[in-house]
Amino acid sequence: MRNLFLNPVMNKEFKLRFRSFKSFLGLAFYLLALTILIVGFIYLQTQNSPMGLFRPDQSREMFMLLAFIQLGLILFITPGLTAGVISGEREKQTLNILLTTNQSSTSIIMGKLVSSISFLLLMIIASMPIYSIVFLFGGISPGQVLLILIFYIFTILVFGSIGIFFSTIVRRTIIAMVSTYGVALFLIGGTAFLFTISMAVNSMGAMPANNPVAYFFAMLNPGFILFGFLEPNAFNELSNQIGFGIDVPLWAAYLVSYSIIFIIMIVVSIRKLRPNMKVKSEA
Amino acid sequence: MIEIINLTKKYGKFTALDSLNLTIEKGTVFGFVGQNGAGKSTTFSILATLLSPTSGTAYINGYNISKEPKQVRSQIGYMPDFFGVYDQLKTVEYLDFYGASYGLSQNERQKLIPQLLELVNLSHKQDSYVDVLSRGMKQRLCLARSLIHDPEVLILDEPASGLDPRARVEMREILKELKHMGKTILISSHILPELAEMCDTIGIIDQGRLVAEGSVSDIQQRLKGEKLIIVKLYGGVDKAIRFFEDQHLVSKLTKRDDGATLEFLFQGNAKEQVGLLKAALMQDIAIISFSEMETNLEDVFMEITKGVELS
Repeated sequence: MRNLFLNPVMNKEFKLRFRSFKSFLGLAFYLLALTILIVGFIYLQTQNSPMGLFRPDQSREMFMLLAFIQLGLILFITPGLTAGVISGEREKQTLNILLTTNQSSTSIIMGKLVSSISFLLLMIIASMPIYSIVFLFGGISPGQVLLILIFYIFTILVFGSIGIFFSTIVRRTIIAMVSTYGVALFLIGGTAFLFTISMAVNSMGAMPANNPVAYFFAMLNPGFILFGFLEPNAFNELSNQIGFGIDVPLWAAYLVSYSIIFIIMIVVSIRKLRPNMKVKSEA
Repeated sequence: MIEIINLTKKYGKFTALDSLNLTIEKGTVFGFVGQNGAGKSTTFSILATLLSPTSGTAYINGYNISKEPKQVRSQIGYMPDFFGVYDQLKTVEYLDFYGASYGLSQNERQKLIPQLLELVNLSHKQDSYVDVLSRGMKQRLCLARSLIHDPEVLILDEPASGLDPRARVEMREILKELKHMGKTILISSHILPELAEMCDTIGIIDQGRLVAEGSVSDIQQRLKGEKLIIVKLYGGVDKAIRFFEDQHLVSKLTKRDDGATLEFLFQGNAKEQVGLLKAALMQDIAIISFSEMETNLEDVFMEITKGVELS
């Protein structure tokens, strides 16, 4: 397992990715933007408050805003970071040489995945102290922050695996990228739209009670899951009102369904990275 | 040792490689010659486990490419015809990455890399970024990379293509050194004379088929039965023309523009060639020189591949 995650591809990618000053400049700008956003938010809230106070519920709103901004960032950046990692090597004509080495396909794919999302992980972890400002004002527990950090990392890994999958099976980076963004768009916007439709249909009474269709779409949407972490009671109320017919927490269904997506994407990528040398006509 | 058995690769109806059979003994430098698209790179890609064959198989040092690709990869050093490099890596880091990819320990890599850089004359560039190296240097670096795990078999696809004359000479010298080290080398080129100097054996491939195999001189002898004879005369040209035209082993006789030189194709062996010269002298033909022209390797290549097209 150690060799799987500390492999030459990953070391090389880390070297390439973090060597340039641009990476750190980008990180600095991101943290600066977050800081401006937080300071601006606090400033506006205190200006609008008659006594110039920043209340815990406002702190909570600020945290929610930041959490959704960061989720948007993750969902927007991850496909771009991962959809070119294999096809890019193919286009740069370095893949063939890499594939003739003794490195296993698993090691190459996992190395590429971890290294390509490492910058994003660094951005998120580096932004944690800024997030912690909310602790000064209350409204959010450290446990919630940790839970959201784990949720981010898990979501990055799954969306990253989708990027790697398309990068492996599609020869050209641009097509791999479009395909990955297409899937990401469906998982974010498509599921939200279908959820809304199914809720509307449910509310009209056209469907039988305890219809799980809306639940199915909700469990695939990372935005809903994040909202569920921030407002745990919201979905329970919705479920009670409409009746999903499923008692499993939404986050658990998300964990299972996205784990399945992750495993499928990674296994297929590993199998498709190198050609199957078996002669078909022998059979 | 490389053993290729009935290796075939088809893309739909197009046959890129047609039942190729070839055995290359250990320590041999084998040149694979063919026009662009003849099937050289396809063969090399299959041997490097990058492409699956449609039928047939190959063994590298006894390992089957279809059944034991992992073992095959540890036996070969592969250099493709077109390759990229990681521009933001330094020369030493580039080799270190591939060394680690072959599972060499850090100590082994630290010991090996300076030796390899010395072999390919790049010691002075060890701390340079790969993207500032010239084309020839990148080719040499790639060759060093293919040697990092000390493979017994080297598969080099057009290693000298796109290089200037000096870089070609340098590449040739390195390959000679590797030959002395006892490596089995399979090397391709679409330029026959380029390979003739360094290869023990050559194979000519055309339209996916191996059309000739042997030493350069063997192939010339076998496929070019006719010799081109040049005769310089000191007068009596008409008489000489009449004499040579009467000889049954002589054909396609022509007079050069200088008016005193004849050239013709002669189909006989060495003894018959001696007899022809003797007979000419007996006829008082004033011969200044009587020479056999070296057959142009390119002409041989064109002749062989033309034959395939006709058949």
